[in-house]
Amino acid sequence: MHELPQQLANGLILGAMYGLIAIGYTMVYGIVQLINFAHGEIFMVGGFGALTVHLALPDGTALLLALPLMILGGIAAAVAIAVAAERFAYRPLRNAPRLAPLITAIGLSIALQQAVWKWYPDAKKARVFPQFKGESFHVLGATVQRGEVFLLIAAPLCMLALGLFVARTRTGRGMQATAQDPDTAKLMGINTDRIIVIAFAIGATFAAVAAVAHGLKYGQVDFRMGFITGLKAFTAAVLGGIGNIYGAMLGGVVLGVAEALATGYIEEIPGMSQFGGGSWKDVWAFVLLILVLLLRPQGLLGERVADRA
Amino acid sequence: MLLLTTALTAGALTLSACGSRDDDKGGDNGDKGGRKTTVVIGLDAPLTGDLSALGQGIKNSAHLAVTNANKSNEVPGVTFELSALDDQAQPTSGQQNATKLAGDKKVVGIVGPLNSSVAQSMQQVAQSNTVALISPANTTPDLTQGKDWKQDRRKRQFSTYFRTATTDEVQGAFGGKYAHDQIKAKTAYVIDDQKTYGVGLAAAFSTQFTALGGKIAGTEHVNPEDRDFKAIVSKAKSSGADLVFYGGEYPAAAPLSQQLKESGVKAPLMGGDGMYSADYIKLNKKSAGDYATSVGKPVEQLDSAKKFIEDYKAAGYKDRYEAYGGSTYDATWAIIQAVKAVVADNGGKLPDGARAKVVEALNKVKFDGVTGTVSFDKYGDTTNTMITAYQVEGDTWKARHSAEFKR
Repeated sequence: MHELPQQLANGLILGAMYGLIAIGYTMVYGIVQLINFAHGEIFMVGGFGALTVHLALPDGTALLLALPLMILGGIAAAVAIAVAAERFAYRPLRNAPRLAPLITAIGLSIALQQAVWKWYPDAKKARVFPQFKGESFHVLGATVQRGEVFLLIAAPLCMLALGLFVARTRTGRGMQATAQDPDTAKLMGINTDRIIVIAFAIGATFAAVAAVAHGLKYGQVDFRMGFITGLKAFTAAVLGGIGNIYGAMLGGVVLGVAEALATGYIEEIPGMSQFGGGSWKDVWAFVLLILVLLLRPQGLLGERVADRA
Repeated sequence: MLLLTTALTAGALTLSACGSRDDDKGGDNGDKGGRKTTVVIGLDAPLTGDLSALGQGIKNSAHLAVTNANKSNEVPGVTFELSALDDQAQPTSGQQNATKLAGDKKVVGIVGPLNSSVAQSMQQVAQSNTVALISPANTTPDLTQGKDWKQDRRKRQFSTYFRTATTDEVQGAFGGKYAHDQIKAKTAYVIDDQKTYGVGLAAAFSTQFTALGGKIAGTEHVNPEDRDFKAIVSKAKSSGADLVFYGGEYPAAAPLSQQLKESGVKAPLMGGDGMYSADYIKLNKKSAGDYATSVGKPVEQLDSAKKFIEDYKAAGYKDRYEAYGGSTYDATWAIIQAVKAVVADNGGKLPDGARAKVVEALNKVKFDGVTGTVSFDKYGDTTNTMITAYQVEGDTWKARHSAEFKR
């Protein structure tokens, strides 16, 4: 068990990334009741946006200097795609049965993957993403890479900013109102279309930050990276109580830690040796989801609400 | 009903159109008997996707062999043509490509594929169309010797399947011996990616390594699409192994190695030919010191390969020839030699049913190729069991040790 601090740190870092992406699922669902399955690909596009900026900068630019520009580039790409998707793929279907936009989202997800595969130069194989040089840090018996430090700083900062935005600004309060009752909100003079676009944009912004973190952590981006990661982030959102922004982060961390512990320790439980290890971690992640849905269907931080008719 | 009729009519029309086109060409050849016959060599490899670096090297090397054969008029009266299809490393695509190539009467043989799992889906198609399938890269023993090779109950699986790459049994065992004798590792942590290739390689490594007195400190399995290995890395680290062995390919091996080093594991990562790629070093800034084995000698060191390297350079291909350039050239050349033998037997003309005769001729083919002497044993495996161990030094793979490995 002496690797426990390391496994907890691994889970926490992975979970922070899931959490950042999960915000996009949760906000969009909270406001328009749409599960935007293309969100994983918006994350992926954010990664390629950041990579593009990196390639455009002169060789040898210090990463610390380049990073803010790369983040901006990633955000620009992700937000552009998310806003366009909302405008052209989801808005026309807003009053359609719920299944229609869901299927559109899945189609959009595949289309975005294929578009990057087809048109981004050399995207047919993994593209090298810049990384921090130097040694890892050792904290409380765990080793943390330099690239992961970015995630550990960015995730709480993003959460804090979002929390303040939702609670303190007019737009944020408009969001809460729209989430509670879009029709009444509209009658009160809130421009709900604008609110919805902002929800998509915020989700995309966070996804882009997560994508930069993903690139720094693994040293590569590729056109398929959004699929499984997106699915995990969706799981995290449901786990935390979909519609709840703090729940998304908590769900992400719970999921990440659960994955790390499942990989590390399940096989040490007597009689479970064949169900442990890396190949089973996705299975345990989804078993956890099913358990939560059975025992606490509203998620960890969600509130039990009557279904809107 | 209307739709169905339309579809059927359209289909029938398309088919008859194809048929008449082929007939026309056949007539052409008949009329002007003195003209050259065009013979197509099919190729299947991942030309896009994660493994495209290897796939493009395969395609270019086969193209080079075909070009050279035409230039030197290797088979009088025959012009060779290459028809390359992309399988994206997917068994389903590989099977479709095999069906497509086998459907073209001009195809006398197929070079490829890269992945053993893709080969499994192509073998039966090749067999039922009696078209030779020669892989430059498949290394899973099952493909030629059946699934009971471990119990030494070996049986040839497909009479039309050959390969110029030696098996994982040989390669993994070589790796196990190299790790024990030369790297002096006492314990190894073994990880595989659950694919046919990775599992077989890791198993052969473990068998040989333990037979020599080494100890397996632990085993793990990952999903080939995974990029986060930190949980596994932590386990490998606490196992204290001297060496981590990975049965799998470079897109996952690169982040695995990097995460190992970053978490403070000093032990090098070792893998097989799936890891031996220039992209492995590009994707992994901490690759220095890692090992990989690959089939054959490094072509750069072989006299027989000098011409290949010069020709490849002169042809100006965009991508490098990578790990399988030499074996692909040899695989393609084997088909060309088989066609040569068949044509010579038939009085200088390509006979009817050339495919079956090419398959037969392949069993007897023997020539000095890029990677050494090329010939096939009774299972369709290459008789050349030369393997080389490489280590990352700076930003290239450096050859450390080559040997023929004998069971």
